[in-house]
Amino acid sequence: MGKRISAAVFGLVLAMAGGSGPAWSDDSDWDAVLERARGQTVFFNAWGGSQQINDYIAWAGGRVWDLYGVELRHTKVADTADVVSRILAEKTAGRTDGGSVDLVWINGENFAAMKRNGLLGAPFTDTLPNFALVDTEGKPTTLVDFTVPTDGLESPWGMAQLVFIYDTARLADPPASMPALLDYLADNPGRFTYPLPPDFLGTTFLKQALIELADDREPLLRPVEEADFAAVTQPLWAFLDELHPRLWRQGETFPTSSEATLQMVDDGEIDITFTFNPGAASAAIEDGRLPDSVRTYVLDGGTLGNTHFVAIPFNSGAREGAMVVANFLLSPEAQLRKEDPQIWGDPTVLSMDRLDATDARAFADLPRGIATLAPEALGRPQLEPHASWTDALETEWLTRYGQ
Amino acid sequence: MADTLRPVGGYAGQPSEIGAAAARPARPGGRLVAIPAATLALFLIPIGLGLLGTWAPALGVLPALGRSTLSLDPWRELFAAPGLAGAVRLTVTTGFLSTALALGLSLSLLAAWHGTRAFGLLRRVLAPLLAVPHAALAIGLAFLLTPSGWLVRAASPWATGWERPPDLAIVQDPWGIALTLGLALKETPFLLLIAVSAMAQIGADRTLAVARTAGYGPVMAWVKTVLPQLYPLIRLPVYAVLAFSLSVVDMALILGPATPPPLAPLVLRWFNDPDLQMRFMAAAGACLQFAIVAGAIGVWYGLEKLAARLARPWIAAGRRGGDGGLLRLASGGTVMLAVSAASLSVISLAVWSLARRWRFPDALPGTWTLDNWTQHFWALSQPATTTLTVGVAATAVALALAIGCLEYECRAGIRPTTRALWLLYTPLLVPQIAFLFGIQVLLVAGRLDGRWIALTWSHLLFVLPYVFLALSDPWRKLDDRYARTAACLGASPARVFWRIKVPMLLRPILFAGAVGFSVSVAQYLPTLFAGAGRLSSLTTEAVGLAAGADRRIVGVYAFAQMALPLLGFAVALTVPAFLFRHRRGLQV
Repeated sequence: MGKRISAAVFGLVLAMAGGSGPAWSDDSDWDAVLERARGQTVFFNAWGGSQQINDYIAWAGGRVWDLYGVELRHTKVADTADVVSRILAEKTAGRTDGGSVDLVWINGENFAAMKRNGLLGAPFTDTLPNFALVDTEGKPTTLVDFTVPTDGLESPWGMAQLVFIYDTARLADPPASMPALLDYLADNPGRFTYPLPPDFLGTTFLKQALIELADDREPLLRPVEEADFAAVTQPLWAFLDELHPRLWRQGETFPTSSEATLQMVDDGEIDITFTFNPGAASAAIEDGRLPDSVRTYVLDGGTLGNTHFVAIPFNSGAREGAMVVANFLLSPEAQLRKEDPQIWGDPTVLSMDRLDATDARAFADLPRGIATLAPEALGRPQLEPHASWTDALETEWLTRYGQ
Repeated sequence: MADTLRPVGGYAGQPSEIGAAAARPARPGGRLVAIPAATLALFLIPIGLGLLGTWAPALGVLPALGRSTLSLDPWRELFAAPGLAGAVRLTVTTGFLSTALALGLSLSLLAAWHGTRAFGLLRRVLAPLLAVPHAALAIGLAFLLTPSGWLVRAASPWATGWERPPDLAIVQDPWGIALTLGLALKETPFLLLIAVSAMAQIGADRTLAVARTAGYGPVMAWVKTVLPQLYPLIRLPVYAVLAFSLSVVDMALILGPATPPPLAPLVLRWFNDPDLQMRFMAAAGACLQFAIVAGAIGVWYGLEKLAARLARPWIAAGRRGGDGGLLRLASGGTVMLAVSAASLSVISLAVWSLARRWRFPDALPGTWTLDNWTQHFWALSQPATTTLTVGVAATAVALALAIGCLEYECRAGIRPTTRALWLLYTPLLVPQIAFLFGIQVLLVAGRLDGRWIALTWSHLLFVLPYVFLALSDPWRKLDDRYARTAACLGASPARVFWRIKVPMLLRPILFAGAVGFSVSVAQYLPTLFAGAGRLSSLTTEAVGLAAGADRRIVGVYAFAQMALPLLGFAVALTVPAFLFRHRRGLQV
């Protein structure tokens, strides 16, 4: 009965609104969301470069179909920026509903761009029952995405921390700081490289080097416009000027994707690479893409950490279905499976304290891959610089080295 | 068809352009009259609108981003963009060099080897290479040539002493050499096969016989008497190759350097930048790409004129000789190398797709498996279905339109003109990136983006010219006495068409269909833009994965991408052979 009344009230509100606005107004009633979600098809635009992740998404699709009657379709994208541009093209053409994207895997500057351009709808995370389980205190990056507040516009999905990968069969004692890396390459020229910025990880390497080398990190947490960019980044460029001649291909060219560097470690073209997923190396060993002598490590001063999210574009035609999927992705069941190194190995965003005992034990009992560091060994993650630094660093990098 | 028993052929009318003729309803040809007009509209309107939709943001107008006043800022940003000069230089050098290489190799092969048994064999070897999509060939070449690639693996460490891959930029080299070679490798078969059919058109054999009796050596005779007649016939295909090479994206992403890349991939990168203000600069870049292609075609035309002027006194001087032994050796050796590189590339796709562990420097995988195929079967089936259905549909529509145009031309007695041919080539001469962004905006406005029908239509733009080119020659050459005899026996034009022409021309029709299908399969940018990420093809998947570099999976997708068009050609060969097994006159 209560549901019917609230539906009636909602109908009235909608009628008063004149039907001009998009119909997201009744998000707060989860049962109504579930009801409207049934039968919807959710186009989930997510990076499709990893088979393990694709398989995981396919599994999630099967579950939300069984549990909620929501059909999940994975649109594999090479670069999330493509999705942002497509939604923009839709806005250009005045398509305010029935857009091609219902849910997008996103964080950092892509999120900042969508938020800035009004490409995201209304906040939705507070409605998701499972959002209450998220460790918003212990993992502050679940609410602040590259220092940009999420404002409920994106729902956390997984945690990431930069770890470095090396093959113990070739290298006993990997360099644990930027200066050490420089020394290592003096003796082993060409045995390291980083993906070409603006590749996500390529830019991450610049940021990691910047926070390690900068004299003062404080300006990095504020918008770049407020800082003396040249002065703050000077140590970084000095470092790169010295580093590049010692890189793979003398730094004249760079691999175009982060995934490619795993293959390069396997081939022995380079000795060290890095990834944002602490479990990626173990997964690659499992999958036959890396030898089992590979291990991971973090730098002495700590490495960058962040959270990745899912967001719903303003013109999604399956907003309720997308919310149901986002909520499912936050469920202990989905998060547990995601953290399993045999499946994906992506750390959970949930708080163990907020789970019931059985779920918490299941997380504790998860096997850790042979190359995966324990949470203690990962150390405290370093905060990402403000999202505006990404673009500034990339532009400056391209000006200096991209021609 | 109401008006019957008009004399077919005879070419009573003045030669006129297809489009102009279409406007005059009094012409014979019945309802077919609408087809050429519809066909041209199908091409030219969307390309025109797409160009406008790209030029507007290039001049600062894109209301969705809150800009609606004209401004030259995008151009200022463009010319200040880091890497632009390098990108333009790379675009121009790779585009010109690869086209010159492909043209040079195909012409010297023709000059030195035409009429020999080896040449017949070569044509048969090259035809399937024509069907291999650009992306698959590029991926295979990369697998073969990278420092950790198959060639180095096969020779290491026993011959090279390398325990680890050498730090050499062989693929994605800063000069674009790998890209140039890849493009030349892909375009040579196209130009060669076009030139072969042009040779038949000009009756080169008789010309050659005369020249030989006048004492010219075989190669000299070809260069001095056939080439000047041949070149005008292959000029447009050469321009198409030049335009394609200057604006290629998928091959450039795989084989080209990244710092900076050629202009087209750079513009695509800007279009995709999360900073949406980059869109204006990207649009300006797309216009610059258009200008570069237009300029390049102009320069090429100038070079043709220059070459003709320089060569005329040389030809007129009438020096004899020229048995061309050296050319024969050089072109023969090069093409052997090219064919081996292409074949090994293709094989390397298959080998990687069957590997579990393949560590450097093992010559072959240490562990083999079928898992890559079985695990990705379902993931593969979706883009494969899209590729197949879109390709078949676009090809079917293209065939219907092309046959409609040709049949109208035939019944109305119109001779094709050069201008009509230029119109037909428009989609092949205008760089894709210069109008696809505008088209995407249109599709989104019409809520068609990401729809199967939009994707099929975008493929049709590129499939139709090739289908028409492949079909027009055999259609126009069919002896019209067959049709006239049937008409004299009382058959209606429709009956003549279905009972005489289609069966007799089934082989070229299916071949044109196979060509069209392979063109559709290979489309990268149109699929990216019109598919809107919702529809992906084997090509977009393979190119997307190629950067991601689990070579085993890339191998699976690229091999599947390559297998589809080859299957198309197999069908085109076997179906007529089966249907005509009791008709000796229709067998080859």
